[in-house]
Amino acid sequence: MLNNKLILAVVSLLLLQSAIVFAGFVAPHDPALQNRDLPFVPPTRIHFVDARGHWHLRPFIYQWAPLPQSVYEYQESGQREYPIYFLVRSNESTNAGVRTQFHLFGVEAPAQIFLAGSDNYGRDQFSRILFGGRISLGAGLLATGISLLLGLLLGAVSGFHGKWVDEPVMRLAELFLVLPWLYLLLAVRAFLPLHIGPAQTFFLLVAVIGTIGWARPARLIRGIVLSAKSRNYVLASRGFGASNGYILRRHILPHTYGVLLTQAALLIPQYVIAEVTLSFFGLGLSEPMPSWGNLLANLQQYSVLVSYWWMFAPALAVILVSLGYFTVANAIQERLQSASA
Amino acid sequence: MDIRRRVRVFVFLLAASPCFFASSLPQPAQRGEELQTSDNEIGHYGGTLVVGQRAEPKTLNPVTAADAPSREVIGRMMADLIHINRASQQVEASLAKSWTVSRDGRIFTLKLRRGLRFSDGQPFDADDVLFTFQVYLDEKVHSPQRDLLVVGGKPLEVQKVDAYTVRFALTQPYAAAERIFDSLAILPRHLLEKPYREGRFAQVWNVNASPAEIAGLGPFRLKEYVPGQRMVLERNPYFWKVDKKKNRLPYLDQVAFLFVGNEDGQVIRFQAGDTDLISRVNSENYKLLAKERQNQSRYELFDLGPSLEYNFLMFNLNELKPGLDQIAEKQKWFSDLKFRQAVSAAIDREAIVKLVYGTRAVALWGNVSPSNRLWVDQTLAHPARSVERARELLKVAGFSWRNDGQLLDSKGKAVEFSIITSSSNNQRSRMATIIQDDLSKLGMNVHVVPLEFRAVLDRVFQTYDYEAAVMGLGGGDADPNPEMNVWLSSGGTHLWHLGEIKPATQWESDIEQLMKKQMVELKYSRRKRLYDQVQQIIAANLPYIFLATPDILVGAKKNLANFKPAILEPSTLWNVEQLFFRQETVAGANR
Repeated sequence: MLNNKLILAVVSLLLLQSAIVFAGFVAPHDPALQNRDLPFVPPTRIHFVDARGHWHLRPFIYQWAPLPQSVYEYQESGQREYPIYFLVRSNESTNAGVRTQFHLFGVEAPAQIFLAGSDNYGRDQFSRILFGGRISLGAGLLATGISLLLGLLLGAVSGFHGKWVDEPVMRLAELFLVLPWLYLLLAVRAFLPLHIGPAQTFFLLVAVIGTIGWARPARLIRGIVLSAKSRNYVLASRGFGASNGYILRRHILPHTYGVLLTQAALLIPQYVIAEVTLSFFGLGLSEPMPSWGNLLANLQQYSVLVSYWWMFAPALAVILVSLGYFTVANAIQERLQSASA
Repeated sequence: MDIRRRVRVFVFLLAASPCFFASSLPQPAQRGEELQTSDNEIGHYGGTLVVGQRAEPKTLNPVTAADAPSREVIGRMMADLIHINRASQQVEASLAKSWTVSRDGRIFTLKLRRGLRFSDGQPFDADDVLFTFQVYLDEKVHSPQRDLLVVGGKPLEVQKVDAYTVRFALTQPYAAAERIFDSLAILPRHLLEKPYREGRFAQVWNVNASPAEIAGLGPFRLKEYVPGQRMVLERNPYFWKVDKKKNRLPYLDQVAFLFVGNEDGQVIRFQAGDTDLISRVNSENYKLLAKERQNQSRYELFDLGPSLEYNFLMFNLNELKPGLDQIAEKQKWFSDLKFRQAVSAAIDREAIVKLVYGTRAVALWGNVSPSNRLWVDQTLAHPARSVERARELLKVAGFSWRNDGQLLDSKGKAVEFSIITSSSNNQRSRMATIIQDDLSKLGMNVHVVPLEFRAVLDRVFQTYDYEAAVMGLGGGDADPNPEMNVWLSSGGTHLWHLGEIKPATQWESDIEQLMKKQMVELKYSRRKRLYDQVQQIIAANLPYIFLATPDILVGAKKNLANFKPAILEPSTLWNVEQLFFRQETVAGANR
């Protein structure tokens, strides 16, 4: 029962994340490519039956054509079917000239496939979600790494050392726990320079999100270290003359791995959402770089919110990632408990 | 009592309630009162007009108010001597029933209407006018309108001839001088002289002032203010306009301004029927409302055509303070005309019109909007977008391209700069994003940096810490004179190079000469010729790279009569005294 759920979660996480890692291959279009004749097109429909009622084995699409006398309204032009091909080689024009790129799937030019519709510049939402995932998930993973590293370091030191190290570190941790992190993030981001490149912004985001969240893992790890420290085998080892480093490495830290894993699985989605929130408020990466928060920020406009349902698609990705990681975290937790019981 | 009768009594009470509770019934005309007859469809009294406002007014003081919400509310409570009719864009008599101009164009003699009263019932005469101009011209009051009243470096002189005649003297002839009187609210001396003498003028009439403290000559007067919720105005019973049947205007009992936070709030409240009219909607919301309208035809929408405002991209050409060396280095590109021409040639203005404004806008190549028919230079070239020409221009200017397509200057430095825009103005951020993409085709690496509006103003006006900006200007009046501020090198909105002591370039000095010449030229055809030259010089030298001007989009409930929206501000409320609600027709009632 649990296993099925876990397998489903792991498989969908793996699928999504490999699609994001290989976004250049999976995504059919360049995420920054504007199709100025096709703003806000709905998701492309995939057909098997053509207008004359003939069945096609290979799925095909029709192009979207703007309705005459209107903007942002489209109909399928049934003039020509564009079959979907897999593993295609396509030529993309860039500033330097034409670049050849392999794609998982695609259609013949001039047609374009918009699996999740397009945004107000006619950019492919699906490609943007995948490329945006690199930013959002990347930020989540890296920030989690920072948090756990900090937590492990400070938690282990304060648990193992005790006394005058323990007190200030734990009080500091409590301070970080009571901070309203969202406002803190907003405040920290506001203090940072605004004129910085996308790469710097990304690492700043990661650093800010990561350093704020170290307190909870640090407290958990401190507890484990504290209880492990007074176990008999640790005392025995110490009696044989083992050094502090050896005891920590050999006897104490292995106890923390389970907690670290659970924490990681809990923190990743949380930090993805933190990045999404910051970008949603316009404090993340700037145009034309996509991130899930940037994509969702389009919905801040009432007219977009009520008119174009496919603009919610990035939220689906966020939900999938969160659910997946929470399921994994649950499973690890349960296994830990049954192991310790 | 049977139910039907009870309902009938209730309906009677409801219908009669305005008569019972309205505190300000229109006063009958008195002998000797010189009223203006307004040429509108004759309406009937009653009703409250509800308007959604994005922000709360900051003050009710007409002399110091600078923000749009304040001015919108104050404008309904105040009146001016000579008024620009928003529909015809021509000047018309207001509190001055007539005026004469001396042959040299320097002396204006205004005859005031007799027997008028302020909204608190106190009489109005020339002393109020004198007092008003004393306040507006007082440098300590810091009125934003003061600059308009200083012609040729000297403030306008005001002289009382008799109780109902006032003479204004200018030091030099000034074209369209009547227009400067527009929107200068005439103040009640009996209420404001004391605080003014005591030096507390800037503090009077703040939003918390009680209704009894405030009086004006406009169609409405203050009734109540609930912070965070609404400001309600009621009829000024002494207002000086009547319709053709001698009914004293305004028809409406009240005008209520609801504070709804932002444009989306305005749209939602209007859509729900909570508010009766909406102005300056953006094209997406307009489209949304138009779609909704098919289901429930309660309101009507109007596309009034392009506004007078112009949006543009500009580069920072200011003399920089120390510490901004990076920007100073980039100014070598920005100050090169070929570079600016290349940028202008590469920008896809049609895409801006389409993607930013949903085609409800026109592309611009000059500072005068095509809807300003009197002044726009029709011969101005509208070069189509051409990336090839842009590359050609850059090549001539000594730029070259790296293998990966990145543009390099003559010293081999990569061309990279950022464009700041106001993050609260979605349209401008989007224009910047389109420009970013267009310029990437030239190999320029452009960053879009949306900043909080205040931060943008601070950088543009104070610190000069920016490289390029997308901004908007204009929209006040059709006449070229308010544009002086933009094109004179000493002007307050000469944004690309603020605070110049003398014009930095020959073309700037040419513009300055021509603008000064047109200001003292009284004949329209000659003025037009001069202003055409200004437009040509601007288009040739591109201190601003003009992008587009949006249409003015407004909407109102169908039963709002005499609704005549105009492209000049305030688009919808300029004739608020004439507005009234038509009785619901049977068909309408059934819906």
